[in-house]
Amino acid sequence: MDIKYYIFLSIALFVIGIVGVLTRRNTIIIFMCIELMLNAVNLLLVSFSKMHHIANVAKDPLAGSDGQLFVFFIMVVAAAEVSVGLAIIVMMFRNTHSIDVNFLNRLKH
Amino acid sequence: MSITQILFWTLSIVALFSALMMITSKNPVYSVLWLIVTFFCISGHYILLNAQFLAIVNIIVYAGAIMVLFLFVIMLMNLGKDTEPQKSKWLKLASAVSGGCLLLVLIAVLRKTETHMADLTSGEIGLIQNLGKVLFNQYVVPFEISSILFLSAMVGAVVIGKKE
Amino acid sequence: MNKLIALIPLLPFIGFLINGLGRKYLSKGLIGIIGCGTVLVSFIISLMIFFNGSYSTTPIHYFNFIQAGTLKIPFAFQIDQLSTLFLLIITGVGFLIHVYSTSYMHEEKREHFGRYFSYLNLFVFSMLLLVMGANYVIMFIGWEGVGLCSYLLIGYWFKNTNYNNAANKAFIMNRIGDLGFLLAVFWLFAKLGTANYTEVFANVGKLSSSDIIGITILLFVGATGKSAQIPLYTWLPDAMAGPTPVSALIHAATMVTAGIYMIARSNALYSAAPLTQNIVAIIGAATALLAATIALKQNDIKKVLAYSTVSQLGYMFLALGTGAYVAAVFHVMTHAFFKALLFLGSGSVIHAMSGEQDIRFMGGLKNKLKITYWTFLIGCIAIAGIPPFSGFFSKDAILLSAFEHNKFLYAIGLITAALTAFYMFRLLFITFYGGFRGDEEQRHHVHESPAAMTVPLVILAVFSIIGGFVGVPEVFTHGGEKLAAFLSPVVPSATHHIEHSTEILLMSLTTGIAIIAILIAWMRYRTYKEEKYTAFGKVLENKWYVDELYDTLVSKPINKLGGIANNYFEKLGIDALVNGVGKLVTYGGRQLRWLQSGLVGNYLLLMVLSMLLFFVLEFFLKR
Repeated sequence: MDIKYYIFLSIALFVIGIVGVLTRRNTIIIFMCIELMLNAVNLLLVSFSKMHHIANVAKDPLAGSDGQLFVFFIMVVAAAEVSVGLAIIVMMFRNTHSIDVNFLNRLKH
Repeated sequence: MSITQILFWTLSIVALFSALMMITSKNPVYSVLWLIVTFFCISGHYILLNAQFLAIVNIIVYAGAIMVLFLFVIMLMNLGKDTEPQKSKWLKLASAVSGGCLLLVLIAVLRKTETHMADLTSGEIGLIQNLGKVLFNQYVVPFEISSILFLSAMVGAVVIGKKE
Repeated sequence: MNKLIALIPLLPFIGFLINGLGRKYLSKGLIGIIGCGTVLVSFIISLMIFFNGSYSTTPIHYFNFIQAGTLKIPFAFQIDQLSTLFLLIITGVGFLIHVYSTSYMHEEKREHFGRYFSYLNLFVFSMLLLVMGANYVIMFIGWEGVGLCSYLLIGYWFKNTNYNNAANKAFIMNRIGDLGFLLAVFWLFAKLGTANYTEVFANVGKLSSSDIIGITILLFVGATGKSAQIPLYTWLPDAMAGPTPVSALIHAATMVTAGIYMIARSNALYSAAPLTQNIVAIIGAATALLAATIALKQNDIKKVLAYSTVSQLGYMFLALGTGAYVAAVFHVMTHAFFKALLFLGSGSVIHAMSGEQDIRFMGGLKNKLKITYWTFLIGCIAIAGIPPFSGFFSKDAILLSAFEHNKFLYAIGLITAALTAFYMFRLLFITFYGGFRGDEEQRHHVHESPAAMTVPLVILAVFSIIGGFVGVPEVFTHGGEKLAAFLSPVVPSATHHIEHSTEILLMSLTTGIAIIAILIAWMRYRTYKEEKYTAFGKVLENKWYVDELYDTLVSKPINKLGGIANNYFEKLGIDALVNGVGKLVTYGGRQLRWLQSGLVGNYLLLMVLSMLLFFVLEFFLKR
């Protein structure tokens, strides 16, 4: 498969994530869109890793495994992020009884 | 068209469709479910790319743990279609247009790149055995640091979530 | 010795730094000790130079002050006979006035006391630099320094607007003169490429006569500013706004003599320019007469003395103009003694009268202020020119030179001498004789001043009596004219060819006229009565309306011009531009304010748009 298709697929998923962030006001949905964007990047990393592996497998049988490990680390970070992020959202809901991002307009001050 | 190509296109289309459904669903619970479908499709892609370990981890961690956490929170808050806050139509349009423009620009930029193949069948680096070797030799320090990150995230979540 | 010489100006400067920086922390006693002590040490060093005879006309080079291309201005001192004499006057009289000030200014707050002494020290430093410099540039530094100190000290009580105006006036008038001085120095550089005295005077022959006249006239313009001659004299009487010791130090004894010093120093140039000499003599004589007439009708004790200073300075310029440089320097010296004495005496009177300066409200102080009275009397006799007091000899030398030079100028000098005697004794009689005319509180308060004030008075009085003997003319004793002999390596003495009998006759005439003037004053003012108003008297009282004339001729047109510039250039041009920038920014800020909504969504949208913009710029437009 041509690497271009993977690139385009990733871009499409990423942009869908962006549009989701921009169009929704629900904090949880926004958060989920961010996860989607992370996964789009992961997909791209894996496909590049594969491409790299094909090109260099003759010299190094493990070529390209770096990219997959980065995906692994991204997943680790994402899991940590989700746990903290959701805790914050719960906290916010407890205080304002809303999950609307526009309630968080203290940035103005 | 070979079987892998058919699989590729099917998975891609399903992924895009479910992603779109995710952001357009009024009900947050549906959004979560559509996102899980997307993640499954992405895992399918991983398998096509011989990244078996990542495919499994993706399903277990993302589609399993994280999304369940989301679902759990949404149900805890008792969110539904009625409580969903809506943006104004114009703002939505502007967001969609700017997102679409970004997509077009990126694709236009990358359209003329050189052709490289990403093999869909062979290769063994995606196996746990091989990845584990690299992880515990070359990346052992980041791996340990990430465990500390997890610990601190856990403590943070507990502290934030605690009632005063 | 060179290092010791460098210490002379350096010590007062150090005193200035210590007092100026530490004025809030040092006690008054310490400030006084530092202020007086530095000047005293300088005085002692000056005395050492004088008695060791370690003066010479070769400059002492320290370092190069300015060096650019072929232009080279060394920082060098020239300690010759003339400088040494001035050093003695400045540090000696300066020291006495410092001591006097410790008592006179004692009621000031501590930081103001320190400020006062730091200014005084800075002044002494500048004045020393002025007389010690070996070229016109170093002299100019000191020249500007004394102008600055004069400004600072006149405006010492800066909370009073009138005093500040007087300070501004002094500064601006001085600036006009300084410009002349500066141009003269530039002219010298352009023609000779140097400003060192030795080189300039050696090369006078290389200058064309028009150059010399131009340079000397410009230098003289500088001198009229600093030494208060027509037309720039009006600042000096107003300078009486400063504390009285300052008036004594700056506006009587030292700073105003800078012009005399400068011309005496440049005698080689002036001797080569007879036209300028005539101008100097005429202006000097005119100033002497004008100031003397004004002094007749003034009622402020310090104003009388101020105009008398202007008048005496006119005398000195008359002497310079007639080529009697030694006589001028001689008069500078004697004048420093008796004018400092008179000013300090007036300060003592003002101190006793709790700040009253109008002589119409004094009177009868003779018995209450004994020391002040006697010393003041000595000062008056000295300035009136009664032999054998110091003023007689110096004034006589000037008049003699004028007589030889031009009979008309001599007549003016003689009239001025009579007027001087008259107004000084008028002042003395009104102040010290008759009945007391102040109010009860002042009567109660009148007391003799403390020793720190009277001792300098007595010392100055002694010098006022004996100071003239250094220049006893040849007529009286063989081997007289010691001063002329002393100064001869630097300042050529004028040789006059007048019969001794004529000389004695002239002296008797001067003395006789002065005594008659004193007698008239005695008859009219022994007991005080209101002075009759006459039309001419009013003109004199208003100083010939010179201030008003300057106001209409110079100040008002300039103010008007300034007003026009203010209205059109300032308001429509610069202000509009400056305010326009401010308004634009305010307007733009108000328009852009909605961007900061605090809503995350908006920020994200903007972020995406900017990303888009960057991609487009980077990949499609940038080629």
